[in-house]
This record gives sequence, C-alpha cells and structure tokens, in this order.
Amino acid sequence: MAAPISRARAAGLRPEISAGSRLHLVTGKGGTGKTTVAAALALALASTGRKVLLIEVEGRQSLAQLFDVPALPYEEKRLLTVPGNGSLWGLAVDPEQALIEYLDMFYGLKRSARGLRKMGAVDFVTTVAPGLRDVLITGKIKESVTRTNPDGHLAYDAVVVDAPPTGRITRFLNATREVSKVAKVGPISRQSEGVVSLLRGKQTSIHIVTLLEEMPVQETVDAAAELTDAGFRLGAVIVNRARPCVLPEELLEPGHTVDPELVADGLKQVNLPASLAAGLAREVSDYADRLRVEQENERRLGKVDAPRIEVPDLNPPVEISELHELARVFRAESEDAPR
Amino acid sequence: MTGEQRLDLAALVRDRRTRVIVTCGSGGVGKTTTAAAVALIGAEAGRRTVVLTIDPARRLAQSMGLTELDNTPREVRGVENGRLFAMMLDMKRTFDEVVLQHAPADRAAQILQNPFYVSLSSSFAGTQEYMAMEKLGQLVAADEWDLIVVDTPPSRSALDFLDAPNRLGRFLDGRMIRLLTMPARAGGKAYLKVVSASVAMFAKVFTRILGTELLTDVSSFVSALETMFGGFRQRAEQTYELLKTPGTAFVVVASPEPDALREASYFVERLSAERMPLAGLVLNRVRRTVLDSTGTTLSAARAEAAADALSAKGADRLTGVAEAALRVHSEIAQAAEHDGRMARRFATAHPEVPIVSVPALPADVHDLDGLRTIGSLLTAEASAA
Ligand SMILES: Nc1ncnc2c1ncn2[C@@H]1O[C@H](COP(=O)(O)OP(=O)(O)OP(=O)(O)O)[C@@H](O)[C@H]1O
Ligand SMILES: Nc1ncnc2c1ncn2[C@@H]1O[C@H](COP(=O)(O)OP(=O)(O)OP(=O)(O)O)[C@@H](O)[C@H]1O
Ligand SMILES: [Mg+2]
Ligand SMILES: [Mg+2]
Repeated sequence: MAAPISRARAAGLRPEISAGSRLHLVTGKGGTGKTTVAAALALALASTGRKVLLIEVEGRQSLAQLFDVPALPYEEKRLLTVPGNGSLWGLAVDPEQALIEYLDMFYGLKRSARGLRKMGAVDFVTTVAPGLRDVLITGKIKESVTRTNPDGHLAYDAVVVDAPPTGRITRFLNATREVSKVAKVGPISRQSEGVVSLLRGKQTSIHIVTLLEEMPVQETVDAAAELTDAGFRLGAVIVNRARPCVLPEELLEPGHTVDPELVADGLKQVNLPASLAAGLAREVSDYADRLRVEQENERRLGKVDAPRIEVPDLNPPVEISELHELARVFRAESEDAPR
Repeated sequence: MTGEQRLDLAALVRDRRTRVIVTCGSGGVGKTTTAAAVALIGAEAGRRTVVLTIDPARRLAQSMGLTELDNTPREVRGVENGRLFAMMLDMKRTFDEVVLQHAPADRAAQILQNPFYVSLSSSFAGTQEYMAMEKLGQLVAADEWDLIVVDTPPSRSALDFLDAPNRLGRFLDGRMIRLLTMPARAGGKAYLKVVSASVAMFAKVFTRILGTELLTDVSSFVSALETMFGGFRQRAEQTYELLKTPGTAFVVVASPEPDALREASYFVERLSAERMPLAGLVLNRVRRTVLDSTGTTLSAARAEAAADALSAKGADRLTGVAEAALRVHSEIAQAAEHDGRMARRFATAHPEVPIVSVPALPADVHDLDGLRTIGSLLTAEASAA
C-alpha cells in the first residue's frame, strides 16, 4: 500500500519535474538514454517516499538488464528497496500478453490463446492494426495509474514509462483516440475516454531525452512541436550525457587556437615534458570544436518551450550505483539523499 | 596490439568483383555516414557508384544534392575523378511501383487506394527494410552500376534488415489473414466449416473492436494482391539470395558501446549462419587521445594530478590554459581507455572478423569533405599496416 505522501516529501523533486504529475512518460531518439533516464527518475521519485511503478513497453527486457534482475514476467515485481517509505516496482508490458488478458477479460478467450498465437493471430492484430497494440499498452498504463487498493488508497503514487521513441510517441499516445473513432461500442470505446483524458491531463508529463547532437536535437524539436500540436503537455527536455565545461570561456570563441608554448610553460611548472604540449594543444582545440557544436545544438533546443534538465555523462556501464547518482539530478537541490 | 585483422576497405571497394556493399548495425552508429563515405571512395576510384541512403540527416542529404524523397539517383557534385549518384529511399513509392508492375492496371488502382494498403505501405514496421531490399534488387537488375552501396534503416537491431522482409512476406501470405478474411470472400457457411471455433470467435471479437470496415479493407487488399503475390514473394527471395553471392559484402558498423557491439555480434553470427559474405566491422566514433598518435602517452590519472597541482599553485591566465589542457586530456584518456577495452573485447570474441576503427570527429559529418575525411580514416589503417 502506498502511504499518503506528505507535502514536504512531495516537494523533494526539483521544480522542473512537476510534483503533481503521477504519470511520467519518457521519450527521445533511439539510444539517447530513455531507459536510463526513466529508471533514474523513477528512483528519484521512490526516494522521496513514493511508491513508484516503472513500466517498459517495447518487449526488450531493458529493465531486467539495467537492474540486474531475472527477466520480468508480465506482472509487477519489486526492483529495488529504497530507504524510507518509498519503493520501486517494475513491469514489462508484453503486448501479446496484454491482448490475451484483454480478450480474456472481456470475452473469456484465454483458453484459445495458445491456438491463436500459433496461428499468428497476435501478429495479425499487431500488423493490421498497429494502433491496437498501443491501445492495449496505454490501457494497461492507465489501469496502473488509477488502480486503488481495497482501502481506497492509490496503488502507486507515480508511474514512469520508458516510452516508445520520438518517431512513434505521438501515434502511441493518440492510438486510443484513433481506434475509438472506429470502435464505437465495446470495451475499447468504454475505456478510451479515461485513457484520453489521463494522457492529456494535468497528471501527465511527457519528458524528451536528447543528446547535444544534431539528429537527437532535431527529433526533439520535431516531437515537441508534434506533441504540443496534438494537445499533449510537455514535461522537461532532458539533456543526457552532459559534460561539465572544463574550458575557460575564451577558448570557446570561434577561431581561437591554443598556443602550444603556453601549454609547455604550464607543463614545466609541474615537471611534465614539454614534448607533450603540441599534442595537448591539439586535443584542446578539438575539444573546443566539439563543445561549440554542442552549444549550437543547445541553442537549437531553445525553440522548445519546456524546462531543461542536464544529466551528467558517467563512465559506462551504467548500473545500479550509477542510477542512484543520476537519480540525484531529479531531486530538489536543498534536499539530501535519505540516509 | 590485439592482433586482430585489419579490414581493408580500400581494397574491397576497388575490387571490381565487389558489386554490392551493405552497411548495417544498430541505431545511430554511423551506417548512413559509412555508406556515403564508402560510396565516395568507390566513385573517386573511378567506379560508377550509386548509394541508396535511408533517412539521412538533413544536412548530409542536402550536401549530396538530395532535397526530396524521389527514388531517383541524383549525381553528386564535387566528386573528383569519378561519378557518384545518391538517392533516398521512398518506401511508399517503391511499394506502389511494385504493385503497379505486378498487378493488372485495374487491380493496381484498387490496391493503391485501399486504406489498409496505405497504412501498410507507409507505416508497417518492416516495410522500410523490405523496400530497401526491393530497391537494391532493382538497382542490381538495371545493370548500370559498377558499385551499389546500400544503407539500412534505423532500427534497434541490425537483424531487422534480414528478418523484416520475410516477416512481411509471411504476414501477407499468412494463414491468419486468409482465415480472418474468409467470411468476406467466401460467405458464412463454408467459412464455419473450415475455421475452428476459437478463430471464428476471435474474428467476431476483432470485428467488434475494429469495425467491419478495416476487415473488409484487408480482405479486398488480400484478394487483389493474390494475382501478384507470387511475383512479389519471389522477388524478395531473389534479392535475399543475391545477398549471399560473392559480389556482395556486408560491412557491420558499431560504436564502442556494449549495446552496439552486442548487436554487431548477433549480426556477425547471423551472417555466418546464413552464409552471407561479411567484409568486417567498422568501429566508428572511437575516442582517442592525440598523444597516442604522436607516440607519447600521459595517463588520465597523471594528467588529473598535474592539473590539480597547477591549480593549487594559483591560476593565472597562463597556467589556466595548461590546466584546461590537462583536464581535457584526462577526460579523453579515460574515454579512450574505455573504447579500447570495448574493441579488444569484440576482437577476442570474434578473432575472424577484420576490423577498422574510425575516430570520433569533433563535429558531425555533413558534407563531402567530411565524408572524405571519414573515407581516409576508413582506409588509413589498412594502408599503414
Ligand atoms: N548519463 C549517462 N552516462 C553514461 N552512459 C549513459 C548515460 N545515459 C545512458 N548511457 C548509456 O547509453 C546507452 C544507451 O542508453 P539507454 O539504453 O538508456 O538508451 P535508450 O534511449 O533507452 O535506447 P533504446 O532506444 O535502444 O531503447 C547505454 O549503454 C547506457 O548505459
Ligand atoms: N566518426 C564520426 N565522428 C563524428 N561524428 C560522426 C561519426 N560518424 C557518424 N557521425 C555522426 O553521427 C550521427 C549518426 O550517424 P549516421 O546518421 O550515419 O548513423 P546511422 O547509423 O545511419 O543512424 P540511424 O540508425 O539513425 O540511421 C550523424 O550526425 C553523423 O554525422
Ligand atoms: Mg531503451
Ligand atoms: Mg541512417
């Protein structure tokens, strides 16, 4: 059971993450760090005393890999214990299972499930109507956000979804609305209103993860516009793998070159051979070039009307201890991590 | 160092027996960049070359003179000593062309307008891969090219390129689609005799969920398709076979990250199982220190300590630059160490796979000069070795 969260606890998040959101959807271009960021955010929410469910939807067992647990079955499993009252749970939504569960719930079809699968029925459904798959997944998400325990408390304080990538996110979120246009009766139509209003409501934030590279930034800008046009609310733009700038400002000015003599002088002071100077000077210039590209990409992100959060680049592999480090990014600065 | 074999791309590209080069790998690793750079090498070596790109970054496309998706090879300007043509795959148009070619005119028109066909041809996961193969088949059949370089669609798994065409084929040919669409084609009674109760039930539920319209679309699409299906399927199979011939070379691209290398491993193993010719691995965006290439070294830890010592002396403008240089070096040296470890791990697991490493450039690659730089890096190691 999720304990009611006190106000102080709820405020344990940094202001760019709306404390009132109960559903966080994390999207971004492939490979930018959606899974990592979703997990870190979920962990941050859990460490503020919330009971949190982290959901993956692409059938890849990314959560099991990241949290180093056996493959998740289609049921909610505790991923980690968190100090304090919070807890972190994981669920791998399997569209095939969700379809069967759905058919069983409404039509009592479970018995024939295996046969159907063997005949390719599930493949058929997901192919002929890719939207239906998304409908089932978003339906499951809605169910976990709104589920209550027998005592009337919500089952989870927050749900974080490692969502489909930017190229598919709008279609994913809109699937229910689209399908409900066709299906005017039946369970889908009945549940669709709830799903549509949850996904577009105040309780939902859609975060976009990006790197400061050309294509991820382009996709972020495009997806942000698309989502906003479709009536969804953006949460934060999360700039992942951000590196602290170790260069003095002047080195970043275009055309600035680093004088190897200057480097050599410095090296002498700490007893390093001056022969390193030329190479080091080249490295700094290349590095400055790269930072300038990143800054340019960062400027392009300015078009997106959403708060920005930087997540630092850590030494791979990212495992549980690194996740704890990344989770700290999402907590309020004043608040220390719980003992 | 690791004793791995060098992938000699210059030789591969120049070899007149090499007719088709396919770049594959997981998402974002540099497939498109590598394809374009390899094609440029081929063209500048005097071979009439075409590169089929898929979803290139906007600026790269523009620099090759590609402004719209039109399935037409356009000559790239600025190529020296040879001719390079580039095109962007338009998957919907390619699908349309297949339909037009294989179906009688009236049927074709019917198919093209079918709403189910429209969604299948523009958004089915796998259509892009299927159409990339189809286009490759066409380019080979046209017999106008000395060298064809094919990029593969962005997907999480490199295997998708090999699997998707088959999936689509199986789907269109599938039992399910026939059974489910039977009522519309054969009428109720015959239908019930053939189909098990659970499928009948399923069809009913399905109709209820999605409405009869969609099923009707699907079934009319399938019956229209029947006339052309043989040709359609056969084509995909032929192209797949073509990929196994010695004139084809697969170049697997990966970044030095665990996920990308894992995908590369799967792909390498799959190629070998399918007896498809693997040229080798391009390990792209490898971070290196400049010092390594000058034959000197400075470890990350020593650089960091020296930077700390400098800053303890109290920074002035002079030592500021040296300190920054040392900190930058420390960061790069750590990254280089990581990437080197990744490369060695792959090489140990796959000693038979030739490898070439391409360093990470400071900026994105979005013009011919950038491609030439990548090209010379792709071929530098082999000639030096
Ligand atoms: N802040 C970070 N510091 C260091 N490594 C990171 C960071 N964020 C992500 N990574 C690494 O980058 C890789 C990709 O991250 P992740 O799997 O989270 O991306 P994704 O967007 O979920 O990818 P996919 O699109 O394949 O699902 C992983 O190897 C991960 O460990
Ligand atoms: N060696 C390199 N150094 C620096 N940047 C590079 C290098 N190789 C590729 N890039 C850049 O990385 C980005 C991704 O490259 P590219 O588009 O070729 O990848 P891809 O594998 O085709 O991606 P997708 O799977 O999305 O199609 C591009 O912006 C490209 O300019
Ligand atoms: Mg992921
Ligand atoms: Mg590409």
